[in-house]
Amino acid sequence: MSAGRKIFLNSAFRAAAHVNSSTIPKELAKTSAAFLSSAPAGGKHTLPDLAYDYNALEPIISAETMEIHHSKHHNTYVTNLNVGLEKLDAAVSNGDMSSIIGLQGALKFNGGGHLNHTLFWENLAPSNGNKLLDGPLKGLINSCFGDFESMKKQMSADTIAVQGSGWGWLGFNTKTGRIEVATCPNQDPLEATTGLVPLFGVDVWEHAYYVDYRNVRPDYVSAIWDLINWDTVEMRLSKAMKD
Amino acid sequence: SFRKDIIYFFKVTTMKFAATLSTLFLASASAWSMSSTDNPSTKNARRNILSKGIAFAATAAAGSAANAYVVPDLPYPFEALEPYIDTPTMKIHHDKHHATYVANINKAREGKEEVPILDLMADALDAGTAVRNSGGGHYNHAFFWSEMAPHDKAKNTKPSKQLAELIKKSFGSEEEMKKQFEAKAAPGATFGSGWVWVVVNQKGDGLSIVNTANQDNPLMKGILEEGVMFPILGLDVWEHAYYLKYQNRRPEYVSSWW
Repeated sequence: MSAGRKIFLNSAFRAAAHVNSSTIPKELAKTSAAFLSSAPAGGKHTLPDLAYDYNALEPIISAETMEIHHSKHHNTYVTNLNVGLEKLDAAVSNGDMSSIIGLQGALKFNGGGHLNHTLFWENLAPSNGNKLLDGPLKGLINSCFGDFESMKKQMSADTIAVQGSGWGWLGFNTKTGRIEVATCPNQDPLEATTGLVPLFGVDVWEHAYYVDYRNVRPDYVSAIWDLINWDTVEMRLSKAMKD
Repeated sequence: SFRKDIIYFFKVTTMKFAATLSTLFLASASAWSMSSTDNPSTKNARRNILSKGIAFAATAAAGSAANAYVVPDLPYPFEALEPYIDTPTMKIHHDKHHATYVANINKAREGKEEVPILDLMADALDAGTAVRNSGGGHYNHAFFWSEMAPHDKAKNTKPSKQLAELIKKSFGSEEEMKKQFEAKAAPGATFGSGWVWVVVNQKGDGLSIVNTANQDNPLMKGILEEGVMFPILGLDVWEHAYYLKYQNRRPEYVSSWW
């Protein structure tokens, strides 16, 4: 077995929980090669099930959007990621550096797409007055932004302002211990791109809101705050602070 | 007056062209455009079509004093491109998306000298994100509307002799050009939001297929590795261009549009 293959398999075992977990183990995010071949034992990534029905996020996000977004868009990223990883394994086995490098774009698109959407589904929940309770997250938001409303205003503005396709994120900076707002283009994953640990993301590719909001992205971004699953966000923060 | 527009275009971009290039533009523009329009109120739009976006830049710029740029009227009704592009998409794409770009470029150019939108393209990267995104968006969409026609009319148009020769020389055949275009427009090749173009090089002796991200276009300095090139055909592959009818099935949209 080649050295390269050994590295991948080691990472794969560490990443076995990845498919349904909300954060990527730090080692994986930083080692792109390990992440890119982080297929669980069995070798294939799979589309994660949602924790709620397609219609559970209505009327803010319609069942139609959820079904297409999950079963078509996200599913396509998963499928293409698996295809790319197979090609990567073959290229690594053959020591084909040129192909390894050539695959990076497709792996970033599809791996990022799979990762981002997995995080997204988990940081959404049916609207039932989801509120941010007092706790470490609220404290950190207050100290970094002044108050919740200010954070919401900045993140909304930055997310709406994304040119073309991309994501808005609230992220944790492990170096400074602060939380920040960030945006990434296309499917570029937050941690690999900026080093911030994702706390929650908002998809502003047009496919995320076109059926329900047409071109009015601001209405979608404003409405989606009612769907944020603060329990998940809180959990991601405490994990990030521990690591 | 069309000839004047061509000369103006050359001056604006400060490049030298062989006489053959201007003939190429004339020929390709009329060959790829509608043969006629039934809508009398779009006389300006008709000029737009015939000049492949060159003259439209002048007419689009000749709006009211307060707003330099206006959304050009479509040269056909919203439903005219069915079933290839659906009516709701045409309505929203033209009345909302394109209109937003026009509103934003007007805002960005407030208090500045009124120039045709074409003039803003070459230095768009230096001019800042508003000009690049909203100016580019305005130019690209005006270009887009003018190059399409209802299928009944479109099917009776074909490339001029010169354009056909250039296609043959650059791609081998129209089929091969279409194949390369569709490959470039695939979701894995043009990722996220952007446009795919057939462009002619500065010498005027070769065509190629390129893609640009967001609202960039081949006229902008610094976008294409090969330098500025001139679009003769472009396709919007932002999701808003096809989502209502095709959802995630971009390849179906591209092949159907062709």
